[in-house]
Amino acid sequence: MAAHMLTRAGARVIMLEAGPMWDNTKDSAMLKWAYESPRRGMSTKQRSFGEFDAGLGGWELAGEPFTKAEGTDFKWFRLRMLGGRTNHWGRISLRFGPDDLRRRSIDGLGDDWPITYDDLKPWYDEVDRLIGLFGSAEGLPNHPDGIFLPPPRPRCYELLVKRASDKLRIPCIPARLSILTRPLNGRPGCHYCGQCSRGCAVNANFTSPNVLILPALASGRLKLVTGAMAREVTLDRNGRADSVLYINKADGTEQRIRAKAIVLAASACETARILLNSKSSSFPHGLANGSGVVGKYLTDTTGTDVSGFIPAMADHVPHNEDGVGGAHLYMPWWLDNKGLDFPRGYHIEIWGGLGAPSYGFMDGIQDYPSGGGYGKQLKDDFRKYYGATIGFSGRGEQIPNEHCYCELDPEVVDRWGIPVLRFHWQWADYELNQVKHMQETFRALIAQMGGQVQSQMPTKENGYGIAIGGSIIHELGTVRMGKDPATSALNSYCQAHEVKNLFVTDGAPFVSQADKNPTWTILALSMRASDYIVRERKAGRL
Amino acid sequence: MNGEPERSRMDNLSRREAVQLMAGVPLLVAGLSPETIRRATAFASGAIADPRVTVPVFFTPHEWETVRILVDLIIPRDERSGSATDAGVPEFMDFILNDQADMQDPIRGGLAWLDNECRDRFGKAFVDSSDAQRAAVLDDIAWPAKARPELSNGVEFFNRMRDLTASGFFSSKMGVDDLKYLGNTVVAEWNGCPPAALARLGVQY
Repeated sequence: MAAHMLTRAGARVIMLEAGPMWDNTKDSAMLKWAYESPRRGMSTKQRSFGEFDAGLGGWELAGEPFTKAEGTDFKWFRLRMLGGRTNHWGRISLRFGPDDLRRRSIDGLGDDWPITYDDLKPWYDEVDRLIGLFGSAEGLPNHPDGIFLPPPRPRCYELLVKRASDKLRIPCIPARLSILTRPLNGRPGCHYCGQCSRGCAVNANFTSPNVLILPALASGRLKLVTGAMAREVTLDRNGRADSVLYINKADGTEQRIRAKAIVLAASACETARILLNSKSSSFPHGLANGSGVVGKYLTDTTGTDVSGFIPAMADHVPHNEDGVGGAHLYMPWWLDNKGLDFPRGYHIEIWGGLGAPSYGFMDGIQDYPSGGGYGKQLKDDFRKYYGATIGFSGRGEQIPNEHCYCELDPEVVDRWGIPVLRFHWQWADYELNQVKHMQETFRALIAQMGGQVQSQMPTKENGYGIAIGGSIIHELGTVRMGKDPATSALNSYCQAHEVKNLFVTDGAPFVSQADKNPTWTILALSMRASDYIVRERKAGRL
Repeated sequence: MNGEPERSRMDNLSRREAVQLMAGVPLLVAGLSPETIRRATAFASGAIADPRVTVPVFFTPHEWETVRILVDLIIPRDERSGSATDAGVPEFMDFILNDQADMQDPIRGGLAWLDNECRDRFGKAFVDSSDAQRAAVLDDIAWPAKARPELSNGVEFFNRMRDLTASGFFSSKMGVDDLKYLGNTVVAEWNGCPPAALARLGVQY
């Protein structure tokens, strides 16, 4: 987004990318059949979510380890490719609401942001107009509407879900996904193959390469350097950031790029790592880290899933149920936490139905009513039960706590000699109780649909089934913004308090999570910061 | 990108079509020469070896023989589609197991368990056992909730084998057609569910 905004304003920009080039119009596996590959869509080391997924990288990267403190369970998903993790996401494009930015004022937990919803709203609007998303105007408190394209009709099993959620008084409304249901800004509308995760070869959904970076490259003002592993941001004698040192992965040599302003957007933890590794006499604990908050206040979205077999969905009428690459409906947070034993909400994502058969097809058929078997009976069971499973995923807000953070590992370096991150993680009862509520809600929904849950209710000892920290891939908060330079690294424009020409525009500046996915807010904050850079530069202050 | 052609293809005739020929089902494909039909028939029955698929990389010859019998017991040919071997499931398994080190021992060991069980019961390996004897063993391990506790290792193996067989079969062209999966295509205008599907679930727009 920053490259797009800055080049549009006439600036010359150099982008360092640790991975290779990626262009969905050339590199996507869209519309490929599983049987076109001998592994039938199974994951590979480089593609954790299946061989056709667009994301290059995964839970482990060769030569780029990270470590975990004793007692910590944490997963870190990294993509090394142009556009990074915008190549792997659910396109769920929710605005944070007014309350999400002032939680401390409301209940004393966490911290307030230095900005309000009114500060962000024009930028959300601008992102909506530039990138596009579908949704419906609902007027719900703390779930602000955007500038929506029309939502697609629900799949029929989603109507079944809605009927159940209506009974349980849980609002179920059209999803808000950055997938075009109408042409926008030269990009075509969706063709409903359901394969957004492979990268859309016609650019009907949002990834940063195809919607922002490649157009910026076409302007002639952006220079892209791929295979560049950033190591350190250096300072000049006046305390201004003056260059980035990086390793050219192709030959292992160290290179330097000089710039008048530097924007870090390497993902929350990787950005913190670059800052922590940028030590100097003026910043012995890492650049822009006089406050000591860099790496701290790390959060991820909470998550847990429950699925069930729905007898009413057995023996389906064959039809194409692919739709967009995601649910057509979702359930935003609907309760008041005052009456609950956890202080933050979650939203519910819906999945299931007649997916394209590929590796892992209906694993665990023994959990269906027939209890397993073989032969003609089994073959008929697969036909009967295919598409008759639905699932719910809860995605909730974690409150930052002092036990969740990343720091430099004092002993371990990556293959280029750069110290790696060591993670610390501990859930609080706030999150565990919230996830318990998710489990109970999902089981109630499945029961309401007449379904059978195929797993036991998890106990407190196993965290009520909470996903491992990092595994929802929404790390935020490691270079937080704030009004006070003693307790934050950035101001509200994502500008380092201590280094005026240094900016951070990924998930790191967030003060808190929300019961919403962070991407749309990352984009709005980045756009706002970029506009600020342009204005400050024009005013001669940068 | 991986552009390897579907393994069950032979010349211009698919295994499914060959199987249909075998089964005496009228062919929908017009213009086949008698020689093509002869080759297809022979191919489907295994008389002509496909050089790309007949030499397993992971499985030993004995395991290969066992697997080919076992997967067809799991997913047999019926009126709607061919069997697991017709869909190239053994070849798929051989590829996956060669690729996935952590899956190798459970499957290899499970096949050995099956032989041990047959030898204990009938004095011969699974492949040498009669149809009734094979069925007797499978009947004891194919329904986990009903299986005797002492057969838990066999149950665990069979769960894996059944999952892998289903993966291979239903992700094949034959399996996709069998399921009547109608997606993976370009839809000009999304209209949601057809009326019959809505009616089936008792929902409406």
